[in-house]
Amino acid sequence: MQMGKIIVLAEFAEGALADATRELLTRARDIASAAGHTVTVVAFGDQARDGVREVDADEAVIISGPTVATYHPETYERAIGEVLSDDTALVMVSNTTMGMDLGASLAARQNLPMVAYCTDLVLEDGTLVATSQVYGGKLNAEVEVPLTGAVVTVIPGSWPSDPSRRGTPAIREQAAPSPEALELRRVIEAESGQDVDITKADILVSVGRGIEDPDNLELADELAEAIGGVVSCSRPVVDAGWLPRSRQVGKSGKTVKPKVYLALGISGAPEHLQGMKDAELIIAVNNDERAPIFDVAHFGATADILDLMPALAEKLTGRAG
Amino acid sequence: MKIVVLMKDVPDLVDELEVEDGVLALEDMTFVPSEWDDQALEEALLIKEEEGADVFVAAIDTGDVDTMLYTALAKGADQAVKIVGDFSRTLTNRERAKLFADFLRTASADLVLTGVQAIDDLDGQIAGLVAGALGVVHASVVRDVHTADGQVQFIQEYSGGRMAEFSAKTPALLGVQAARKPPRYVTIAKVRQVQKSGEITEVEGNLTETPTLAVRRVYQPVAQGHAEMWGDDVDEVAENIIRLLEDKKLLRG
Ligand SMILES: Cc1cc2nc3c(=O)[nH]c(=O)nc-3n(C[C@H](O)[C@H](O)[C@H](O)COP(=O)(O)OP(=O)(O)OC[C@H]3O[C@@H](n4cnc5c(N)ncnc54)[C@H](O)[C@@H]3O)c2cc1C
Ligand SMILES: Nc1ncnc2c1ncn2[C@@H]1O[C@H](COP(=O)(O)O)[C@@H](O)[C@H]1O
Repeated sequence: MQMGKIIVLAEFAEGALADATRELLTRARDIASAAGHTVTVVAFGDQARDGVREVDADEAVIISGPTVATYHPETYERAIGEVLSDDTALVMVSNTTMGMDLGASLAARQNLPMVAYCTDLVLEDGTLVATSQVYGGKLNAEVEVPLTGAVVTVIPGSWPSDPSRRGTPAIREQAAPSPEALELRRVIEAESGQDVDITKADILVSVGRGIEDPDNLELADELAEAIGGVVSCSRPVVDAGWLPRSRQVGKSGKTVKPKVYLALGISGAPEHLQGMKDAELIIAVNNDERAPIFDVAHFGATADILDLMPALAEKLTGRAG
Repeated sequence: MKIVVLMKDVPDLVDELEVEDGVLALEDMTFVPSEWDDQALEEALLIKEEEGADVFVAAIDTGDVDTMLYTALAKGADQAVKIVGDFSRTLTNRERAKLFADFLRTASADLVLTGVQAIDDLDGQIAGLVAGALGVVHASVVRDVHTADGQVQFIQEYSGGRMAEFSAKTPALLGVQAARKPPRYVTIAKVRQVQKSGEITEVEGNLTETPTLAVRRVYQPVAQGHAEMWGDDVDEVAENIIRLLEDKKLLRG
C-alpha cells in the first residue's frame, strides 16, 4: 500500500489543545505506525502554533488568520479542503460541533465514505474497523473503514490519550480563506454567575422529559430542598424553556461530578451521559426498565417519578423534624 | 423566503430493537419522525408565523411517510413533497442525501432546515451530507434561526455553553439542534382532516452510486455495569435512597 496521510483536525479548549484532539492523535499514531502512514495535524488560529509544536505528528498545518480564530463552518471547511489530497488515507475529527458540522459535508464534497459516532477504531489484519454508537446508544455497528480516504467522527472520551508521546512536527503555514457567504457576527461566552453553579453541588436532583409538565418542577424543587441539593436537568427541559440553560447537564451543557446524581425521568442518551457519568453515586429512577441510564447508574428503580419525588421529600422532611 | 424542511422517520426507541444475524430487524418496528427533524420543522413554522415564509416539507418514500407529511401540513406547512422511487427502509444516509440534493437543485429554496442528527446516522448526518453534495453554505448544531433582508441569522452552539451568532447569505442549509419553542402538537383528528383535503406532491427520485460502507454487524452493546435495581414500590425506593445517603453521611441531621 502507498504511504498516505492520516489527518487529524485539532480543536482547542481555553487556549490549550483539547483532550478530544489528544485522543485522536494517540490513535492516529497507532494506526499510522501499523499501516505505514504518516500523521498530519491541522490546527486553526494563532493559538495553534504553540498548541501543536510538540505533538506526536509528522506534520502540522497551521491555518492562520483572524477568520479562523473561532470555529467558522465556511472558512474551516475551505481550508481543510485545501489540505486534503489524493494521498489522504483518513480524516479524523471529534464528534463536537465542528465534527458534526464539517465531517459529513467534507465527506460529501470529496465523495469519501464516512463513519459517524465512532467509539473505537482498531486495525484488524490490515483492515481498519470502526465501532459506531447509534440508536441513542442502544446499538453498536462494526464498520470497515477503507484507508484510501475516509472521514471518521469520534465521540470524545472514547479512549485515553497517551500523554508521554511527543514529537516535532514539520510546520507548514497556510493562510485562512476569507468567508464569502457566512459572516461571524459575535462570539457569546458561556453565561456564568447569574444562577447557582450546578458543578459545585454535592447532590444534584436532575430531571428529564419524564417531568412531563413545568408545573411538576415544583416537586423537584421541594425534593432538592429536602435533600439539600440543587436541581439540574437534561437538554429537552431547557429547550422547552422550563429551566435555564445553566442547569443543563451533558455534551452541550455542563459536566458535573457530584457526590450523588439523582437522575429522574432521564433516559440516558449518550449526550447526557457524557456530562454526568463520572458522578460518585448515580441513582436513576425511570419507569422504563430498559432505559440506558441504568447501565451507568449504581442503583435504579422503575417507580414513577411524579409519585416518588413527593414521597421521598416527605420522608426526608419527616426524618429531619 | 422559501424554506424546505428535510425530514425522515426513524425506529421508535421506546420499542425494543431486535437484531437478527447482525442486522437490525426494521420490518416490525414502529417509525416516528426523527426528533431533531421535528425541531427543524417547528423552527420553520415559527419563522413563517413571525417573519413570513413558505414552508415546504420533503421526505423520501421509504415506507409510510405520508402520516409524517400530513402531520407537517396539519401543523402549518404549506406544501409536502414525497420523493418517490423504489426505495427500501435500508436506504443509507448517503443515498438519502443524494436524493434530497437532487430535489433541492430544482426546488429553489432560500433556506433548508433539517435535524442536527438522527439516531441512525451511521454514515453521516443529513445536514452536512446534503450541504456538501450541493456545495451550499451550511452550519449545524444551530438554534434561534431568523430571517431578515434576504439573510439568515442563527446561533451555532460551540461547547460548554459558548456559542456564536452568524449571518448567512441564501441559499443556506442549517442543522437544527432545537427550535425556540417546543414542537407544537396536532390532534389526530386534524391530521385526518388534512389527509382528506391536503395533497402530497410526488417527485421522482433516482438513485445513483454513493460511497458505501461495509457494515460487519450491529449488536446490542454489553453494558459494563448495571444498576442494582430496587423495583417500583415508591415507599421502598424512597427508603432505600434515604438509607444509602445516610450510609454515605450525606444527609443533614
Ligand atoms: C449535539 C447534541 C448535543 C446534546 N446535548 C445534550 C446535553 O448537553 N444534555 C442532554 O441531556 N441532552 C443533550 N442532547 C439531547 C440528547 O440526545 C437527548 O435527546 C436527551 O438527553 C434526552 O433527554 P431526556 O432523557 O430527558 O428525555 P427522553 O429521552 O425523552 O427520556 C425521558 C425518560 O423519562 C422516562 N419517564 C417518563 N415519564 C416518567 C415517569 N413518570 N416516571 C419515571 N420515568 C419517566 C421515560 O421512560 C424516558 O426514559 C444533545 C443532542 C445533540 C444532538
Ligand atoms: N412524557 C413525555 N415524554 C416525551 N416527551 C414529552 C413528554 N412530556 C412532554 N413531552 C414533550 O415535551 C414538549 C412539551 O410538552 P407539553 O408542554 O407537555 O405538551 C413536547 O415536545 C412533548 O412532546
